[in-house]
Amino acid sequence: MNEMAIEMSGVCKSYQFFNLQDIELRVASGTIMGLIGPNGAGKSTTIRILMGLVHQQRGEVRVLGHRMPEEQAAKRDIGFASDDMRLYDGMTVGWHMNFMRSIYPSWDGGYAQVLLKRFGLQAEQKIKGLSHGQRVKATLLLVLARRPKLLVLDEPTTGLDPVARHEILYELTGVMADEGRSVLFSSQNTQDVEQISDRITFIDRGRIIDSMDKEAYLDRWRRLRLEAPVGVALPALPGVIGIRQTGRLAVAIANEFAAELPNAYENSGARVHAVENMTLEEIFVANVERSREGVTA
Amino acid sequence: MHTVHTQMNRMFLISQADKRPMYLQIMEQIKERIAVGDWAAGQAIPSIRQLAVDIGVSVITVKRAYLELERESLIVTRQGKGSFVSSDAGVGTRIREQELAQQLEKAARSAAQLGLTPKDFERRIRASFERMTEIEKEKESV
Repeated sequence: MNEMAIEMSGVCKSYQFFNLQDIELRVASGTIMGLIGPNGAGKSTTIRILMGLVHQQRGEVRVLGHRMPEEQAAKRDIGFASDDMRLYDGMTVGWHMNFMRSIYPSWDGGYAQVLLKRFGLQAEQKIKGLSHGQRVKATLLLVLARRPKLLVLDEPTTGLDPVARHEILYELTGVMADEGRSVLFSSQNTQDVEQISDRITFIDRGRIIDSMDKEAYLDRWRRLRLEAPVGVALPALPGVIGIRQTGRLAVAIANEFAAELPNAYENSGARVHAVENMTLEEIFVANVERSREGVTA
Repeated sequence: MHTVHTQMNRMFLISQADKRPMYLQIMEQIKERIAVGDWAAGQAIPSIRQLAVDIGVSVITVKRAYLELERESLIVTRQGKGSFVSSDAGVGTRIREQELAQQLEKAARSAAQLGLTPKDFERRIRASFERMTEIEKEKESV
């Protein structure tokens, strides 16, 4: 069961203005990994390294058991899609489908037809006549219909309308019907990541900040709505990364919430009005703000 | 052979307008199915992976929902056989009881914050109950 689809350890890559440092990333078979982080955090570089498109200066990369970048044959079983993938402008969607079928024995023609309909595309359309969103959909169709063991998608839902976005998310979770397949995708859309990922990896400024089980990750964070009567100073408590107070009302954000935390505030004389779960979007913002301010918890 | 999903399989509704985490939304919708009897006592229910695929959410989220439901003894998972609704015939009523208990507890907390005595609180509940019965009667007479 715990076979690894992707293993990266100690991976480093330096550029003039950017360093990817000590990337440790593991994706088990049968799971979906969501990669999130602000612009320029290193998500695409990480993806390019594991696809063997960019060579790391240090560290080990194994994809489906193959060393990258040395064993590029692994790509036969990987479906990779990114924004800068080129389709042939003068050719039709159908031509591309035939082309893929001729290369990949795993090509599923029936599924390709289903996706064509679902994505609202037509086989006779030439690529140059497609909108940006339609091109993205065509690219994803060509990758999904191969039914690869591993899908690696860089921002698959960016630029798509809500219906297309839902279709893509639905197809990606559908991949999980087969326990031997895996998905790694990056996204700016935290809702997408929250909905379909089994694990989340958070990258900021070239480093992995967190990489863990999504449910456990969401569960660690809470927002506490507090009331501090006049004369009561809210104490600094472990697991709390920030408090904002206006008048008597305060909001505390905990990144390592423990069941005792509300009691600890009550014991200090404050009142706890609510303990709320946070969305991944809210966690994302709190996390990045904290790292930008250089505050240590 | 690969199965092709249809929109029909999307039988659970995960809403972003709902502030609760997804696993709680899934738990609630499973409870609702059990409470109304669509998923009867002892009946086999979808596997974790199957339900995740059907709803279009991660396996880990459905797994969490199932674990919590097991903890509440509303479903059971048997190794190698799958998951089932608890065979206890009163499982539907138990869910409604649980809902009531939670809401009463919440109301009791609000009452305590207002400084109500248990007697006052009791009076308020009685009044609410009477108002509800009244409204229902009016609806019937229309």
